[in-house]
Amino acid sequence: MTPGDTLGDTPNSGAAITLESVHKWYGAFHVLQDINLTVQRGERVVVCGPSGSGKSTMIRCVNRLEEHQEGKIIVNGIELTNDVKAIEGIRREVGMVFQSFNLFPHLTVLENLTLSPIWVQKRPKKEAEQAAMEYLERVHIPEQAKKYPGQLSGGQQQRVAIARALCMKPSIMLFDEPTSALDPEMIKEVLDVMVGLAEAGMTMICVTHEMGFAKTVANNMVFMDEGSIVEMAPPKEFFTNPKSERTQKFLSQILTH
Amino acid sequence: MARSGETPGQIIAREEEPKDVSLPPPKAPPTSPVLAVDWVRQHLFSSVPNTLLTLLCFWLLWETVPPLIDWALIGAVWSGGDPQLCRDADGACWAFITEKHRFILFGLYPFDEQWRPRLAMALFVGTLLVSSYPPFWRPWLGLLWVAVFTSCGILMWGGVFGLTPVDNTRWGGVPLTLILAVVGLVCAFPLSILLALGRRSDLPAIRMVCVGFIELIRGVPLISVLFMASVMFPLFLPEGVTIDKLLRAQVGIILFTAAYLAEAVRGGLQSIPRGQFEAADAMGLSYWKKTLLIILPQALKVAIPPIVNQFISMFKDTSLVIIIGLFDLLTTAKTALADPPWRAFYIESYLFAAMIYWAFCFFMSRYSQYLERRLETGHKRS
Ligand SMILES: Nc1ncnc2c1ncn2[C@@H]1O[C@H](COP(=O)(O)OP(=O)(O)OP(=O)(O)O)[C@@H](O)[C@H]1O
Ligand SMILES: [Mg+2]
Repeated sequence: MTPGDTLGDTPNSGAAITLESVHKWYGAFHVLQDINLTVQRGERVVVCGPSGSGKSTMIRCVNRLEEHQEGKIIVNGIELTNDVKAIEGIRREVGMVFQSFNLFPHLTVLENLTLSPIWVQKRPKKEAEQAAMEYLERVHIPEQAKKYPGQLSGGQQQRVAIARALCMKPSIMLFDEPTSALDPEMIKEVLDVMVGLAEAGMTMICVTHEMGFAKTVANNMVFMDEGSIVEMAPPKEFFTNPKSERTQKFLSQILTH
Repeated sequence: MARSGETPGQIIAREEEPKDVSLPPPKAPPTSPVLAVDWVRQHLFSSVPNTLLTLLCFWLLWETVPPLIDWALIGAVWSGGDPQLCRDADGACWAFITEKHRFILFGLYPFDEQWRPRLAMALFVGTLLVSSYPPFWRPWLGLLWVAVFTSCGILMWGGVFGLTPVDNTRWGGVPLTLILAVVGLVCAFPLSILLALGRRSDLPAIRMVCVGFIELIRGVPLISVLFMASVMFPLFLPEGVTIDKLLRAQVGIILFTAAYLAEAVRGGLQSIPRGQFEAADAMGLSYWKKTLLIILPQALKVAIPPIVNQFISMFKDTSLVIIIGLFDLLTTAKTALADPPWRAFYIESYLFAAMIYWAFCFFMSRYSQYLERRLETGHKRS
């Protein structure tokens, strides 16, 4: 993975995710302020910004783990409302990877992976297990299939979490700081898997501060601060010529640390 | 960079370490063959207070155990239907148990038909043992329980297949205690899960009903629940309608136990991190699938100790049905003493009943430890 060696351009084939003037409050606190963002099919968006700026909140609104109060969110052509069936339908199309992995500790790795295919998509167990093993190979840990999550390292757990999300064959993947709970030597193994996904043309929104990764995979960089999107640009422009002063300041902090 | 607490010497030593040493063979964990003498010295006589405590314990054992053995075994009278023999002996009168055990075990159940409760109990206990083994937790186990309850009902009540009918007012002893406890457990447990889930529901109406029920029942003693079930409840029934006394007591026990269990289950639910709910939601699992597949298995595991605690307590609390005139094990043990020549041997009678209670409770306690170990999947690490 060398910075600057970006993947191909966005295939412009319609919007996968659209956020139109989305607002959200926690009590009186305005977490999301007029968020407008469109992610095309196959596009990879990396979101960064200081802590507490609302990055997690924004991507968690996309699969309704958080509810927005104003504006429109449209995923795969379906608008997010209180309709439970529509929400469950969207969640099947959207895989999510969390900072803290959130694997199910009482199930083996293989059971973690096949849970959703068997119970949500009603696929036969044999077939689901076969597919799960293929995904485990893709994240390079097929030998851990029979172990419990508590017996794996952090990097392995996060790769299992990615494989688990992929087992639902989602068309969109959301990543919320997937590497920030990991030791440096484990970060690379997870990022490599994510680069592989990007190369395969997955639509992705990824919150991360791994700028090398961002330069490689992102079609678009989004910088958030205090609940709004301050700047949005392709990585070349974003890193070499940021327009906003806040972005410049943030980048100088994070790149020189 | 020197860390605090390190001498320069240590740092140099680390820096000088050659980079390329072949690794030593893996070292086996230390094994310690312990001599009995060493063990005794280390554990019993390691210090002056420890030595004193050890001596005190030995003295107490010396004072209590030999007389107990004398009473219970050496001087005891084991058989013979004559109470006079017992009065002449110094030891325990196990002859009382030999004489009365059928009554204590089966109460007023017709003597010649007592093979029926005996068989029913064997079925009950056998199924309990089968259900204790986690790999058997499959749908067929539910069917097995339905079959066992049905056949126990047929055995106990009779009236079909040429079995003489026996009214449930004549049931008593161990079968009654076991029925109250096991039926209570089997019904209260699912109910308690629903109550605990309801208490955490997003729907205010459901939440209020569950909180109201739990707080109401928890606020009164079991004895008053039983009393209300047996005395007050019939007053509210329309004339001509009667509900069986045993059933009323059973329902009282179920509701009472469910309220307590619900709080144990809720404790387990609360220990599940939010990330587990979110991960399940993000996968598109519906509420019930999320609850049954992800949340409850983890929550119940965490709640095993308080749940089993409640089971044990409920098993013994069935003895309170004495106040509404049901002949459970403790009541039969007491009633067996009503026979004038045997009146003096209450210690033996209550010991006998206590041992039966203890056997069941001890099994539950050990079983809960086994279950905790078995369900451990190594995620306590982090
Ligand atoms: N449930 C909640 N109730 C109230 N405030 C919340 C809640 N969740 C988040 N917040 C607040 O909303 C703001 C945005 O949170 P969010 O988690 O989206 O930030 P973030 O950009 O992801 O930060 P980080 O980089 O630290 O993860 C924070 O100030 C946080 O304190
Ligand atoms: Mg965050």
